[in-house]
Amino acid sequence: MKSSIRVLMGACAVSAIASSAFADTITIATVNNGDMIRMQGLTEDFTAKTGHEVEWVTLEENVLRQRVTTDISTKGGAFDVMTIGMYETPIWGKNGWLVSLDDLPAEYNADDILPAMRGGLSYDGTMYAAPFYGESSMIMYRTDLMEKAGLEMPDAPTWEFVADAARKMTDKENEVYGICLRGKAGWGENMAFLTATSNAFGARWFDENWKPQFDSPQWKETLTFYLDLMNEAGPPGASTNGFNENLSLFQQGKCGMWIDATVAASFVTNPDDSTVADKVGFALAPDTGLGKRGNWLWAWALAIPAGTQNEAAAKEFIQWATSTDYIELVAENEGWANVPPGARISLYENENYKDIPFAKMTLESILSADPNNPTVDPVPYVGVQFAAIPEFAGIATEVGQEFSAALAGQQTAEEALAKAQALTSDAMEAAGY
Amino acid sequence: MARAVTNQRKTINTILAWAVGLLIFFPILWTILTSFKTEAQAISDPPVFLFFDWTLENYAVVQERSNYMRFLWNSVLIAGGSTLLGVIIAVPAAWSMAFVPSKRTKDILLWMLSTKMLPAVGVLYPIYLIFIKFGILDSRIGLIIVLMLINLPIIIWMLYTYFKEIPGEILEAARMDGATLKEEILYVLTPMAIPGIASTILLNFILAWNEAFWTLNLTAAKAAPLTAFIASYSSPEGLFYAKLSAASTMAIAPILILGWFSQKQLVRGLTFGAVK
Repeated sequence: MKSSIRVLMGACAVSAIASSAFADTITIATVNNGDMIRMQGLTEDFTAKTGHEVEWVTLEENVLRQRVTTDISTKGGAFDVMTIGMYETPIWGKNGWLVSLDDLPAEYNADDILPAMRGGLSYDGTMYAAPFYGESSMIMYRTDLMEKAGLEMPDAPTWEFVADAARKMTDKENEVYGICLRGKAGWGENMAFLTATSNAFGARWFDENWKPQFDSPQWKETLTFYLDLMNEAGPPGASTNGFNENLSLFQQGKCGMWIDATVAASFVTNPDDSTVADKVGFALAPDTGLGKRGNWLWAWALAIPAGTQNEAAAKEFIQWATSTDYIELVAENEGWANVPPGARISLYENENYKDIPFAKMTLESILSADPNNPTVDPVPYVGVQFAAIPEFAGIATEVGQEFSAALAGQQTAEEALAKAQALTSDAMEAAGY
Repeated sequence: MARAVTNQRKTINTILAWAVGLLIFFPILWTILTSFKTEAQAISDPPVFLFFDWTLENYAVVQERSNYMRFLWNSVLIAGGSTLLGVIIAVPAAWSMAFVPSKRTKDILLWMLSTKMLPAVGVLYPIYLIFIKFGILDSRIGLIIVLMLINLPIIIWMLYTYFKEIPGEILEAARMDGATLKEEILYVLTPMAIPGIASTILLNFILAWNEAFWTLNLTAAKAAPLTAFIASYSSPEGLFYAKLSAASTMAIAPILILGWFSQKQLVRGLTFGAVK
């Protein structure tokens, strides 16, 4: 009897050691966006399939960016998987800070990832982050106000049409403003919108020799157009409006049009929060006939910092979270409208997803953005609403402050552009370009 | 003789005090109110004050998504640990500066305070690298040490000010009665300075509780306190004010309750020696 107990205990110990050798606990840093929170709620499925436990660190976007940058640049090893964007991925990949994801197994089907996303998350042909969800920007407009103004929104409007419609839809007495656009300063705030818009006007950040181009007529046209439009048809205090402020205005019925992230479509059509949920139409971001549209491209992606102790488990997680199986798991639990969009081709071929009102326009917006060839004239950088160089975030935030001050009426477009040109030239020279 | 105060003056003073008090408390009150609204009500324009459909939904969501007790426990240990460790080091330091000052005591006091003038982010990388080297990244002990070091100048300054108010003759009498240095500090000085020490502990506990730079930057999943709990509810894309307010209310509730019960002690300590 005693010996059988001993054998049993021995077997238990061996199995415990064996399972602990394979089951790891991985720490994942992420942002507080709806899709990420849904993923956290479904972690049990991953643990059931692989045995690995997951610890979540959820932070506000700017805090997260600072936190993971500190950790990865010092090889701190606090995280096994990091949520990063399209801006960081090529820079960090180039520095050798990220683990290559080119060796994911065949059943993962990496070829199913939208080419624009894969391209933006690669450096030198190697994929360093897998897109969890992707987004572009598009026009969300009030169908009732458009009809009242006697206009019909085309699928692919020009800026001229949008500006005309915005002025006609504006009814300041009733607090209805024709167009709501970002004004809050920041490289990921007003500069994301304005850089993407400048592409449609034929402007660019730098020429082929990295010379800043804010003194070009195209930038002057972009900024003047934006300021005039916002002053005539925008909401008051727009220089402090970002995504959430405009979302709130649109949901309360105070915006005729709003050009922002495609992910907003699910918010403005949600009857629980939006008073205009059944009166929203979608269109591509406008162009000026030069061949480029003012829509950006962004992905929240999962990457593994080089030197992590749990690389194998981290890869298994990324495989699980960015797979087609995961999309089906979300659809099963939360419905097709809540699956993470913009990452996989197969999602847009899925019959169930085709019924979602904003699905088609989201895909078309993503497909019309090209991070490798974002502008009318050639540029030396990659990125639609940013230039993927380490200096960009700092420079663009300062430029954003100048443009935001111009929107607030504190300076003219010319003054803002002159300051932008000077500060960008100084920063680029200091950085050795 | 006390100055005669008319009834009218008393009323004006009371109203003024209440108005200032309410003004200071208003942001906290607004946070608490917002935590009971829906996300749509939280951002409605014009804002709704009291007349809305009160809901506990935000608290339910926060409760479901985060392990509040783990964050709370980390906050208690980190704030408590750093304050106690700081006081243990600061009492002898303040004693020596108050009762056996040297030529350079004033300079040392000023120099200590000057360390508070350095922006924290300036030493983020050196400290992060030290933490990696010693393997104390994302550990409570690491944060206890850092927060203790950050608050130590304030603790020493506060205790020094209180100790200065105690007549040196009393300590001298104790020494003449044969008290050792340890006995002098533990049984004579400390009991007399209890109100001062208590308010120092309380104030530093609050400072450590609210510290949001190091606690966010040096932790991940294991040692994260309530500041990280709050930070996880802010969102760049989507409405979050009501849930963020619920998380904030849960994070400040313990310290509010502590402050409420110890306010007499706190006020007495802060005004200690001010009136003779």
